[in-house]
Amino acid sequence: MSAPRPQAELRTSPQLREPVTVDVIMRNVVYAMLPVCAYSVFQFGLSALALIVVCTAVCVGTEHLFCRVAGRESTVNDWSVIITGILLALTLPPSFPLWMAAVASFFGVAVGKVFFGGLGFNVMNPALVGRAFAQAAFTVPMTTWTPSMVAGRFTEFIPSTLTMPFMMPATNSDWLARVAPDGFTGATPLALMKFEQVSTDTVQLLTGTIAGSAGETSALLILVCGLYLIARKMMDWRITFGVLASAALLSGIFYLVDPEIYPSPLFTLFSGGLMLGAVFMATDMVASPETRRGVWIYGSLIGVLTVIIRLFGGLNEGVMYAILLANAMSPLISRVTQPRRYGAVKKVKSPA
Amino acid sequence: MTAQLATRIPADLRGGTFSHGVHPAENKQYTAGKPIQRFAFPSELFLLLSQHAGKPSVPLVHPGQEVVRGEPIARADGFMSVPLHAPATGTIKRIDLVPTAKGPRKPAIILAVHPGESQEMLYGARRDIDAMTPKEIIQAVQDAGLVGLGGAAFPTHVKLSPPPDHKVDTILINGCECEPYLTTDHRLMLEQPEDLVMGTKILMRAMGADRAIIGTEDNKRDAAEAVRRVLPKDGSMTVKVVPTKYPQGAEKMLAKALVNREIPSGGYPSAVGLGVYNVATTAQIGALLPWQRGVIERVVTVTGPGLDKPGNYLVAIGTPLRFILERLGFQGGPQYLITGGPMMGDTVASLDVPITKGCGGFLIFRPEDVAAQTVPKTYPCISCGKCVEACPMHLNPCQLGKLAVKRRYLEMDEYHLFDCFECGCCSYVCPSGIPLVQYFRVSKGMNRELKAAAK
Repeated sequence: MSAPRPQAELRTSPQLREPVTVDVIMRNVVYAMLPVCAYSVFQFGLSALALIVVCTAVCVGTEHLFCRVAGRESTVNDWSVIITGILLALTLPPSFPLWMAAVASFFGVAVGKVFFGGLGFNVMNPALVGRAFAQAAFTVPMTTWTPSMVAGRFTEFIPSTLTMPFMMPATNSDWLARVAPDGFTGATPLALMKFEQVSTDTVQLLTGTIAGSAGETSALLILVCGLYLIARKMMDWRITFGVLASAALLSGIFYLVDPEIYPSPLFTLFSGGLMLGAVFMATDMVASPETRRGVWIYGSLIGVLTVIIRLFGGLNEGVMYAILLANAMSPLISRVTQPRRYGAVKKVKSPA
Repeated sequence: MTAQLATRIPADLRGGTFSHGVHPAENKQYTAGKPIQRFAFPSELFLLLSQHAGKPSVPLVHPGQEVVRGEPIARADGFMSVPLHAPATGTIKRIDLVPTAKGPRKPAIILAVHPGESQEMLYGARRDIDAMTPKEIIQAVQDAGLVGLGGAAFPTHVKLSPPPDHKVDTILINGCECEPYLTTDHRLMLEQPEDLVMGTKILMRAMGADRAIIGTEDNKRDAAEAVRRVLPKDGSMTVKVVPTKYPQGAEKMLAKALVNREIPSGGYPSAVGLGVYNVATTAQIGALLPWQRGVIERVVTVTGPGLDKPGNYLVAIGTPLRFILERLGFQGGPQYLITGGPMMGDTVASLDVPITKGCGGFLIFRPEDVAAQTVPKTYPCISCGKCVEACPMHLNPCQLGKLAVKRRYLEMDEYHLFDCFECGCCSYVCPSGIPLVQYFRVSKGMNRELKAAAK
């Protein structure tokens, strides 16, 4: 009551902060994906560009809309939803109808992220939730592939891209006959491998001059972009390494057993969505375990599941389901792989 | 067995440091090259009766009494307590409440310094340490009012008295000074290596240890060299330089870094045969014990971008902060002043707070430095695991933080909440800007309360 209380502002330790914040990390992931996007547009032309733009715009719009409806500040400026949009686009076939892509984007962000509470609370990678939805709802367009590097790809869309909303996609056969007169089987290297045991040249896989999803075809480029993130410590290399190593190891065992039926480890590594999944999707921080040992288990689980689904499942590609399953298991993995704390060994007696 | 075998592998083979931790900018350039200077005496000293962990000292003086510099003015109240000595010749004015760094006012002896007094050190008499038994040395350490000068202010004689079944074989002298900005230990090793070696010898005798390792970080190689030059020839003491990393100066991390032993959770260093003492404490032991004197002054680094004249100053205990800062040209308010280093130090409640035995430095930020280190926005936890990678205790701050937010304080025991010593690594690295350490402080209090209520 007597002396006036001193005016003070008490700030408790630590007084220092590392300047890397969430939005900086997320922005850098977007930067790392831009070369992959650019290459995708180079391979597949206007359709890929439209796909990336539509997915990203719808994802951002969805999150913004839900934030407004919930009466909260919009969270789109943390950049994480932009990653979701780009990633989703990169996992879709380039000829995928845009309206379907928009629906998948909406579903992925709404159900995969916002309904759980937004960034940090999603159980699974929202881009993959969107893709899983598309796989279930739009099965045929999801497995319709087009050749890369066709002439005139920068001046015209693939016909199915511009399908009217709620219409089934137009057939691409006329367009295909025009751009690929030698005949295009519509099969990706994975499908060729699975159903006809035809392997594709590794160089072709690395450079991506093949059919496949918009962004999953140049394994080499994806790897380089991942290395950038690893160098900036914005991505856990253990996850990527764990996925790739376990996939290579398991497929290597099968390959040694019977090289006639089973693909080589190199083919496994560089084909399909494994590289994109290992670098950009499995490494989603929110949906992966936070412990070091957990991360190894999580990564290997994805690699093993991918190979098993590819070799024995009904689908020729298993990366998506492998990651989604591992995402669902990651809280459990975290729980059983708690770090061994310092000084936990009470048995250590003084060395008398 | 394997765990025991693992602890036998020399730290050198493992890179010679502890695992995890962080690398904040060191910023020691402000004061690392500045020799220790004696600071002027203020007109009044404020000697808090509780500058140490444990029971407050009991005053031996009454207002109006004349005291001589170095004379005891308060006695220890039992074993978990230490005495106080007059830092200057003067008159006791009164015993009253004064502000402390954390806020509440606490009792202190207020001493009016005699103006014009030379303040020459007359108190104390030479004695032969070699003739003293370990028990006598430990008593002498308490009589000197020695506490951990690294910041914890834990009474040193208590650390010198381990449980009887613990056999201490190695003394570790902590010269890491891993906190950014601070340079008191650095300067002490450079300027008073003889006192340091003397103090180490006394500590070894008191604990019956046959070797000592003086540990420092590789940003203080000159200090390591200075100490090496005066080491005794018998090889009982060595200086070891380890890679710079925060929080290497924490007792547990240092034990791991220097001798690769893990101090058990909730246990003493002596459980693994160690005694760990700070450089400043050890140098004071070496300087004070042979003269039967007590702690009356300490070296304080006053530094930071917000100060014109940063430096390392020898300051009388009880000097008010305002007195020091005004002489160094500081104009701002207390919110820009941090006691201790930036990783474990807090801002002070008032500039009228006196220097205590445990405070090794003051850091002064400009408003723009405070703004640069303040998180503009807190994001939700994205489970990136950076805190798990940073925690030197190998806890899971991510999980702990989530439990704290859900107020599941009792469950936090499963994740070893009380092993956290609040080094701040997790908050430092968190990209979401979550104040994890603050959460844990609150959680510890709530956890204790809930447990007490359940009884």
